[in-house]
Amino acid sequence: MANSVAAIGQNLWGGGQAPMKASYGKLMMWFFLMSDTFTFSALLITYGLIRYSHDAFNPEIHGSEFVFSQEYWPIPEKVFDSAPFLHGIEAPLVFVGIMTFILILSSVTMVLAVEAGARMDKLQVQKWMLWTILGGILFLSCQAWEWVHMIVGDEKGSVAQFFVNGEWVERTIYGANLTINQYGPPAFADLFFFITGFHGTHVLSGVIINILIFYNTTMGVYQRTGHYEMVEKVGLYWHFVDLVWVFVFTFFYLV
Amino acid sequence: MEAIDIKSREGEIHHGDYEQMEHHHESFLTKYIFSTDHKTISKQFLISGIFWALIGGSLSIVFRLQLGFPDLNLQWLQPVLGGWITETGKLDTEFYLAMVTMHGTIMVFFVLTAGLSGTFSNFLIPLQIGARDMASGFLNMLSYWFFFASSVVMLTSLFIETGPASGGWVIYPPLSALPQAMSGSGLGMTLWLVSMALFIISSLLGSINYITTVINLRTEGLSMTRVPLTIWAFFLTAVIGVLAFPVLFSAALLLIFDRSFGTSFFLSEIYIAGEALPNVGGSAILFQHLFWFLGHPEVYIVLLPALGITSEIIATNSRKPIFGYRAMIGSLLGITILSFVVWAHHMFITGMSPFLGTIFMFLTLIIAVPSAVKVFNYLTTLWKGNIIFTPAMLFSIGLVSFFISGGITGIYLGNTAIDIQLHDTYFIVAHFHIVMGSASFFGMVAGIYHWFPKMFGRMMDAKLGYIHFWVSFVGVYMVFFPMHYIGMAGFPRRYYSFTNFDAFSGFTDMNMMISTAAIITFGAQLLFVFNFFYSIFKGRKATANPWGSNTLEWTAPIKPGHGNWPGKIPLVYRWPYDYSKPGAKEDFIPQNVPFSQTPESNLPHEKDPEETPGDEGAIVLDEAKE
Repeated sequence: MANSVAAIGQNLWGGGQAPMKASYGKLMMWFFLMSDTFTFSALLITYGLIRYSHDAFNPEIHGSEFVFSQEYWPIPEKVFDSAPFLHGIEAPLVFVGIMTFILILSSVTMVLAVEAGARMDKLQVQKWMLWTILGGILFLSCQAWEWVHMIVGDEKGSVAQFFVNGEWVERTIYGANLTINQYGPPAFADLFFFITGFHGTHVLSGVIINILIFYNTTMGVYQRTGHYEMVEKVGLYWHFVDLVWVFVFTFFYLV
Repeated sequence: MEAIDIKSREGEIHHGDYEQMEHHHESFLTKYIFSTDHKTISKQFLISGIFWALIGGSLSIVFRLQLGFPDLNLQWLQPVLGGWITETGKLDTEFYLAMVTMHGTIMVFFVLTAGLSGTFSNFLIPLQIGARDMASGFLNMLSYWFFFASSVVMLTSLFIETGPASGGWVIYPPLSALPQAMSGSGLGMTLWLVSMALFIISSLLGSINYITTVINLRTEGLSMTRVPLTIWAFFLTAVIGVLAFPVLFSAALLLIFDRSFGTSFFLSEIYIAGEALPNVGGSAILFQHLFWFLGHPEVYIVLLPALGITSEIIATNSRKPIFGYRAMIGSLLGITILSFVVWAHHMFITGMSPFLGTIFMFLTLIIAVPSAVKVFNYLTTLWKGNIIFTPAMLFSIGLVSFFISGGITGIYLGNTAIDIQLHDTYFIVAHFHIVMGSASFFGMVAGIYHWFPKMFGRMMDAKLGYIHFWVSFVGVYMVFFPMHYIGMAGFPRRYYSFTNFDAFSGFTDMNMMISTAAIITFGAQLLFVFNFFYSIFKGRKATANPWGSNTLEWTAPIKPGHGNWPGKIPLVYRWPYDYSKPGAKEDFIPQNVPFSQTPESNLPHEKDPEETPGDEGAIVLDEAKE
């Protein structure tokens, strides 16, 4: 019968059928993701512009050894060099690497859930959805640790100048928030918290939606409707969030 | 139509669908308030839009009074505006700025985006493509209610003590980023941002629905090169909305953080009231880039639906096929793409690199090409047509006139060098009020006159329509044409008063004339509002196809029920512009008439698609999956 559909319409776009062979729900998800791409692009462009309006660390000007300073943008490896239980040990980008790996792994388990859904294998869908949810929660927990670490700072702190009552005063600051930043210009912390926070919100909503899907699967809702398309749609979202993280990771940690 | 009999074998299951839709119980609440029917939602958008247009219009009348008659005692407005009228009967200066801001915001977003796209995309997409409803009725309903929530917030901001947002509709920081900058930068600005965030969600929900509906739910035979140009316009408008609004969303979020949480994305090295602020490292220009990345495409979000509506109305009432149907699609596509790469022409004098300015100037001027294609195609469609001057047709012709006269000044303004002189003067006010404001408004009004019979089953009064048209048409030119001169004379926009400047004293009478014309034009709109609401209840009963139009919506019952067509959905055999086809019995052949029924007028290549055996229910199968 599927063949005859194409025959009537002469061509895919001739009307009377879904030309992209996708249901409206899946199309909507795709268009939503396109829209969200622009949201994140705007934020990353903001990052780029502010980043390049600041000086980078240059040994010839700023002295051969890198220290945290308000004068120039920090080197990410120096900021993100800690990991839980490894206090005092320099482990540049190790922790964030683990985080990223967890998120990518959860994308893999999502693929397996979608694949199991295509086979109408309820138990397998349940299993892989659960792993995906776990991956999401783990990622968020890691992010929470990283945020706390960023906010608290280390015991060394760094010296910054503040203009108070018409005079410049020097103060040692510890940690970072939206107005002060031990590791460099406040803009670095602003952007870090805003963009990773915005991404984290996406992950959080993804986890919540995944839990709903898991619940529906367990209750046999999709078995009854006869297809696991919801898993597929949520899968698209989850992969997207994962992909965005790759960009966020590149911008904040590697460049 | 006899066409229905030919493929009645497919009707069975559709018919079943319809019965189901017709008989399920509908309470007042689900039918008129939380309705998922696209027709009801479109009327909700329309009436909200009219409400907002009246508010936005009255605001402009109040500040036009100030500009035209600076010595006027406005004490009589005190019952409405309260403390915003000072004891001497003058308009509060900050409230003047608030009114200008709110006039822009309301007109651009609430009237010409939600009121125009929301109404006509919702109403016409399912009816013109032969669908039972939008792809997702529920999301469609949510779209309206997010818009409603956004409206409530924006309306509330008009009544708070510190006044609504006052930094201009473009809300540039630092004015918008520092709550202490002016009274409107406080709570008013916060409410503005909240309202816009809700608006963007509403727009997104609406747009993804329009796009998927057009892609997936076209009836059999309705290929993308057979859909009416309205559908192309709505489709591309939705695409622009999906891609442009999220950038404003990001900018608004960043701005909220700057305002409330101490970040410095858009702030750097700034003093306020002699005190240095700690913010460093951000850039106010960055906000302008983000804003105009939405802001410029927004112009086309406003204009494209009006152009689509005009294409349809002009072809119908010229009794001629639209000239250059594919060129029209091409120009819509061209405008859509170009709309994303010209945003910086709003920022020529921000200190942008002149080289970059040249590039943006070049890209901007290229837009003249697709725009001219549209204009010439409208004119060549009218050329030697059997023109029927319905009110809708008059308003469409009015749109073409505005599109030409306002578009030409766009060519001046797009030039980096000339823009130095004209930037932020009344010249630019005149330009965009004609080409975008009035043109889109005329498109919207034309659409209302044209599809009113389909919406409410009655006709609007044509005589009132003619009066409405002539007063509005002449009025718009009386208001905005002199503004070009004022602009060239150097009047900056958004100024409270010009009485302190000797250089401007020669233009007092002209400002007075503009204000008078504005009041008369606004009065004509009240006539329209009366006509609209009166005709809903007391208008002449409409016939099924009052304009002799080809598109599918006129094959539906006079007042279509839930599901649009009783029985099966009509199939489409031809494009929508078979008007005055040589040899045809009548001067129009609706899209659902097969070629086999019109042998006298068929062109050599026009044949019905061949039947293939075993296709029963094939379409139904596809729909059932969804």
